Amino acid sequence: MLEISRLQVGVDGKKILRGIDLSVKAGEVHAIMGPNGSGKSTLAHALAGREDCVVTGGAVVYLGRDLLALAPEERAHEGLFLAFQYPVEIPGVSNVYLLKAALNAQRRHRGEPELDAMEFLQLVKDRMTLMRMDESLLYRAVNEGFSGGEKKRNEILQMAVLQPRLAILDETDSGLDIDALQIVAQGVNSLRSPDRAIVLITHYQRLLDYVVPDRVHVLANGWIVKSGSRELALELERQGYGWIEDGALQSVSAAGAEHP
Amino acid sequence: MSASTTGFDELISREYQHGFVTDLEADALPSGLSEDVIRLISAKKNEPAFMLAWRLAAYRHWLTMTEPHWATVQHPPIDYQSIVYYSAPMAQKNRPNSLDEVDPELLRTYEKLGVPLRERELLAGVAVDAVFDSVSVATTFREKLAQLGIVFCSFSDAVQHHPELVRKYLGSVVPHTDNFFAALNSAVFSDGSFCYIPPGVRCPMELSTYFRINAQNTGQFERTLIIADKGAYVSYLEGCTAPMRDENQLHAAVVELIALEGAQIRYSTVQNWYPGDASGKGGIYNFVTKRGDCREANSKISWTQVETGSAITWKYPSVVLQGDNSIGEFYSVALTNHYQQADTGTKMVHLGRNTRSTILSKGISAGRGTNAYRGLVKVGRAAEGARNYTQCDSLLLGDRCSAHTFPYIEVKNPTAKVEHEASTSRIGEDQLFYCRQRGLSPEDAVSMIVNGFCKEVFKELPMEFAVEAQKLLGVSLEGSVG
Repeated sequence: MLEISRLQVGVDGKKILRGIDLSVKAGEVHAIMGPNGSGKSTLAHALAGREDCVVTGGAVVYLGRDLLALAPEERAHEGLFLAFQYPVEIPGVSNVYLLKAALNAQRRHRGEPELDAMEFLQLVKDRMTLMRMDESLLYRAVNEGFSGGEKKRNEILQMAVLQPRLAILDETDSGLDIDALQIVAQGVNSLRSPDRAIVLITHYQRLLDYVVPDRVHVLANGWIVKSGSRELALELERQGYGWIEDGALQSVSAAGAEHP
Repeated sequence: MSASTTGFDELISREYQHGFVTDLEADALPSGLSEDVIRLISAKKNEPAFMLAWRLAAYRHWLTMTEPHWATVQHPPIDYQSIVYYSAPMAQKNRPNSLDEVDPELLRTYEKLGVPLRERELLAGVAVDAVFDSVSVATTFREKLAQLGIVFCSFSDAVQHHPELVRKYLGSVVPHTDNFFAALNSAVFSDGSFCYIPPGVRCPMELSTYFRINAQNTGQFERTLIIADKGAYVSYLEGCTAPMRDENQLHAAVVELIALEGAQIRYSTVQNWYPGDASGKGGIYNFVTKRGDCREANSKISWTQVETGSAITWKYPSVVLQGDNSIGEFYSVALTNHYQQADTGTKMVHLGRNTRSTILSKGISAGRGTNAYRGLVKVGRAAEGARNYTQCDSLLLGDRCSAHTFPYIEVKNPTAKVEHEASTSRIGEDQLFYCRQRGLSPEDAVSMIVNGFCKEVFKELPMEFAVEAQKLLGVSLEGSVG
């Protein structure tokens, strides 16, 4: 579903991603871990199409299409969803309004009929029960006055409504207590399906206890320095990132000769 | 047919078949202003003597006044002698013969706003006899009102048929000495709306200028007078969302509202005067004096406006709170895009006891637009227990527009409570990206966020107007993204 080859991305003139190779198939759950500043969020935002993440090299093929040639909303229409690490507040715009506008924009794109208010509310209510969110949250302005946990659960709620093909979750587990973590995990797991792919970006192993990944990758200094099964995540939990980074430095200098 | 209907038909026939078309085309009035021009205007309208005297007094006073320049708006000097002060409503020259001859850009806007076909012709100034279609609609409507004793007609009609009402109330809220443009208007006003609601009557429908024939052609120096007698209620809608073109650049209208004991007047404006082309040329200057007088106790006047047009908007719909326990409200959304300029706000003057005023002003600047809020909250010495709440918010789209706030607060009574809140914000890149990532186009995202910004004002508008206003905002914001 997603083929990233030799992706290089810079932000504010600084090179963050130095050549990322990643292949994600439908039905798979991948975890991307790594120390702070390694470029995990940059990868997520670059895939979503944020303008200040400037692609300086490489290619991304999504469902057979050149993803980098599409505008952010077009990527969304093709089923790409990013759960933000720091969801922004939008005063004056209610959650229900944004969500309905988003869903209908995607339905329009797919040639499906738009949902009216009644139909939409029914759909959302089901998902809200799943996410254990109170209905009153719907009518508040987007993320305004939400706690950290509520914001993260709101992201997952939106994901549950929009039913994306490729969901990228940027540190969705950061700042969550155990109960919230379980609810979020439940939400993510309910979306697992053979035609959907999920990429989890996280520091910690915790979430991966509940959402078990098929592959784990470690991002350090702008490279994916190691990939493995979920065992890799457990090992990182035990040993920290230090041993990877040392190894990474070695492979970077070795790779420097091969990569342009 | 009732007597009033027949009378109305007669009036219409007179306007469109006799006096106006032939006479006025034959005597095309030259440009320029003088006492002779004013006498001519008054004669053409067949006005009683008191009206001419009133006009002349205003004109003589105007000659002693100088044009004000204190607003944060800039425009080339206006040559008052080059304006034609009286033009026939149905002048045939320069009118398109059908929609095919109308600027396709204008037609595209009508399409986007969902304006019915019939209305498009009227608005584009097409020379059609279609006016008679609207006569039949207007006639049934007026019958209903007449049964309740409500007078709703053009100002000119009121001068003819209700001179005692006009004489009693005209100029009692905005005297000709008030300001330069009010004086000019008082001297040369063409037409406008007149409305009188008798005691205890609640007007059953929204009154709209659409039902007044020839609305669009008498817009230059419009004069409106609305009186709600004791315990009466009226909701009045001015304007429409479709862009109005007019050859006349200067629009200096005067609107006076009078609410007697326990009465309530709601005055809503959704105005989209032609703002000029993309480089700001040829737009309309909207310099308006609007004021309401809560003359007696327990009365209430609310102004709600959505202004997205005009090259320059200069207006301060105000309320004088004379009556005890009277309430004044001002809700406004002013959008300036491209090269538009707006200096707008309100004046709430608290004179009676236990008076309350609420001001909610939302300014949106985009492109190279400049938006200034200028508000005055004045509490007189004898105004015990006055309360005011003011909130003015500015939203900036892009980095070449500007917003200014000039709040004036003058309080002469120690029991007054005056609150003022202000905020300035931009639509952040993060917010835009968030919406785009959810599948909204940048235009839809901006429109949604701006509508959210204006929500509190829109909910004060009568329903149909609110829907139109939202659409209008969307259309007016075009080209402001990116």
